[in-house]
Amino acid sequence: MAKNHHPTPMLDELENGPWPSFISGIKNLRDRHPDDRIQGMSNDLLGQLEHSYETRKGYWKGGTVSVFGYGSGIIPRFSEVGHAFPSSKEFHTVRVQPPAGNFYTTDILRQLADSWEKYGSGLVTFHGQTGNAMFIGVDTDNTQAFFDEINEYGFDLGGAGPCVRTGMSCVGAARCEQSCANEQRIHRTLLNRFTDDVHRPSLPYKFKFKVSGCPNDCVNAIERSDFAVIGTWRDEMKIDQDKVREFIQEKGRAEVIDNVTTRCPTGCMTLHDDDTLEVEDKDCVRCMHCLNVMHTALSPGDERGVTILLGGKRTLKIGDLMGTVIVPFMKLDTDEDYAQLTELAENIIDFWAENGLEHERCGEMIERIGLMNFLKELGIPADPNMVNHPRQSSYVRLDGFDEAAEEQLRRRMEQREQAAAGQ
Amino acid sequence: MAQAQEMRSPIESGCPDGFQYMHPVMRRNFGMWDHHDHPAPGVLYHESETGEGIWTVRAGTQRILDVFTLRTLCDIGDQYGDGYVRFTTRSNIEYMVDSEAKVEPLVKALEDAGFVVGGTQNSVTMISHTQGWLHCDIPGTDASGVVKAMMDELIDEFRNTNMPNRVHMTTSCCQINCGGQGDIAINVQHTKPPKINHDLVANVCERPSVVARCPVAAIRPAVVNGKPSLEVDEQKCMCCGACFPPCPPMQINDAEHTKLSIWVGGNHSNARGKPTFQKLVASGIPNNPPRWPEATAIVKRILRTYQEDGRDWERINDWIERIGWPEFFNKTGLPFTRYHVDNWRGSRNSLNASAHIRQ
Repeated sequence: MAKNHHPTPMLDELENGPWPSFISGIKNLRDRHPDDRIQGMSNDLLGQLEHSYETRKGYWKGGTVSVFGYGSGIIPRFSEVGHAFPSSKEFHTVRVQPPAGNFYTTDILRQLADSWEKYGSGLVTFHGQTGNAMFIGVDTDNTQAFFDEINEYGFDLGGAGPCVRTGMSCVGAARCEQSCANEQRIHRTLLNRFTDDVHRPSLPYKFKFKVSGCPNDCVNAIERSDFAVIGTWRDEMKIDQDKVREFIQEKGRAEVIDNVTTRCPTGCMTLHDDDTLEVEDKDCVRCMHCLNVMHTALSPGDERGVTILLGGKRTLKIGDLMGTVIVPFMKLDTDEDYAQLTELAENIIDFWAENGLEHERCGEMIERIGLMNFLKELGIPADPNMVNHPRQSSYVRLDGFDEAAEEQLRRRMEQREQAAAGQ
Repeated sequence: MAQAQEMRSPIESGCPDGFQYMHPVMRRNFGMWDHHDHPAPGVLYHESETGEGIWTVRAGTQRILDVFTLRTLCDIGDQYGDGYVRFTTRSNIEYMVDSEAKVEPLVKALEDAGFVVGGTQNSVTMISHTQGWLHCDIPGTDASGVVKAMMDELIDEFRNTNMPNRVHMTTSCCQINCGGQGDIAINVQHTKPPKINHDLVANVCERPSVVARCPVAAIRPAVVNGKPSLEVDEQKCMCCGACFPPCPPMQINDAEHTKLSIWVGGNHSNARGKPTFQKLVASGIPNNPPRWPEATAIVKRILRTYQEDGRDWERINDWIERIGWPEFFNKTGLPFTRYHVDNWRGSRNSLNASAHIRQ
């Protein structure tokens, strides 16, 4: 070994064992990469990481680094122990928005690798918890050049700081029979409407969109996004009774009873003596369990749309929140439907931008002001699907009740008339 | 400003179109998929209404990829696959191919190159994790290292599908919990209030913002040694570390007192029950690099109990709902203490207000 490497006895332990080792990967960059810059950066990164392992402390600090025209998208990292590890003393991450659904060709991955190698550390992650492709480790001078290069062939930065963040969507209609939505279109319609708010942080705090094509919610949208779009359907579930019989022949009746009908959260399924399955669709909450188990026999209905939930977030500051229902069902077929979706997101972000406190997530604001007041300000009618059960405390001022009740009854009548006219 | 004028203006293209990178079979059959099959762990087959099918091979990687590894993954995709990949929510790589004949050589090539094929259906799939000491500015522990050490021991569970249902694990290196909710989550838990460097606070921290950031209003402005600073009411402080990001002189991380907690039963899916948050089951676990053996031992104990006792389709939260929390603690041998009783807002709803006791 001609070069003077930092000793890394603790990190070396992470080269043992059968799972692929990121330490071996970084060492490869240190030992085999033709560029001295990457070799030096990798060596000092390993040195600082070993120092963290020894002392059980982190040594990165934030700062201000950006690219021209943007105020967001770079996570600045300056080392507090840069004197000992000078080659990695600036080690910023470039957050890049992945294509919706995280699809790549090997060609485009190679192109990204080539660009990254020219300017950065050679370390990359697909993807971070927000959903960005994370190019980890670039100094301040090279940040702009790397961005300029990948921006020319179609990649743009994601969000960082108090802004609209990079979105996520599941594989969806591209490869999944459960998908009830066009995740590609929803994801890009929403995110690319707010490009300005992604690049220029001016909101109270972060705002995340996530799109799952069905209630299995494979991108954790309800749990970890401010604006969760979940594909669903409102007509009858489709049942192929021949496939039901095939399933029973293969796996037995007990399998359907124990693992399908009795696991239904609303008990809306009956297995008849002739091995046909009946679903009371009015009682079905679209949980997806039976469709997951009997996916050849059962499928979502044809009248598809989305449910929208608002306010999911992690622990800071008031504790973890799930998103809660704000739109029980919305059709997303026409351009007008999509315009309505965008308008809803615009109204919500505008209201939150006006009324959210500094560092207050949308869900925390709703918690503070109460959903009933949020609905009033946004002109969204209350719907029993928004709650587990109605209010149980009488400690509320109800002198506006009669008016609200009349309005609701009027709206219900209008909806019935519309439905009747539609038929 | 002369310099600024020479700068290139960004093309604000936002999120790229996924269709351009999608396998042609997926593009052709978008929205037309009919059913799927699971021929082997790590392998999926999806069939469209048109009769066309696509095979997917899923593999675990080290997630922090160096360009050599990334190119190896691409080489495998070109030589044995069709050149089309995607990454899952949990950072596994997926290769899509249009013929069954390509599956076995692709699996072999991935395994030969050191990647791990699996992570589908009832496996313990890749632990989703955060940045840790490698890149975060506030971490209490490492992320990639913890995950590497754990996956070394869970690799058989990744490769096989022996669990009652899928297991999604997460780690977080601070209490903000960027790792999110998991069937099992291994998260940092601080146990002592921040240590304040009063010489630096006034210059580094925007004091009113720091005061506002505290979830329990334990921070107040103070003059210490003649300098404007902040002080913490240590009786109130619950050691969450929320003050540390906006005020680095309020160091929360401690080599001895920063511990790990383990949480179970977080489930993002709506299948059966509504999505659930994870619940605390173990704490006081030493933050012990480089391999964190104590945390891994508890995770394995929970997984083994779940595997033996869980019924088909029960996620960890479903399983515990059936057997009850007393039995969970009994079967795993983990102690239940008064610290497991929640006292945060809304916590009254977590108390048992009934005579429903499994006697």
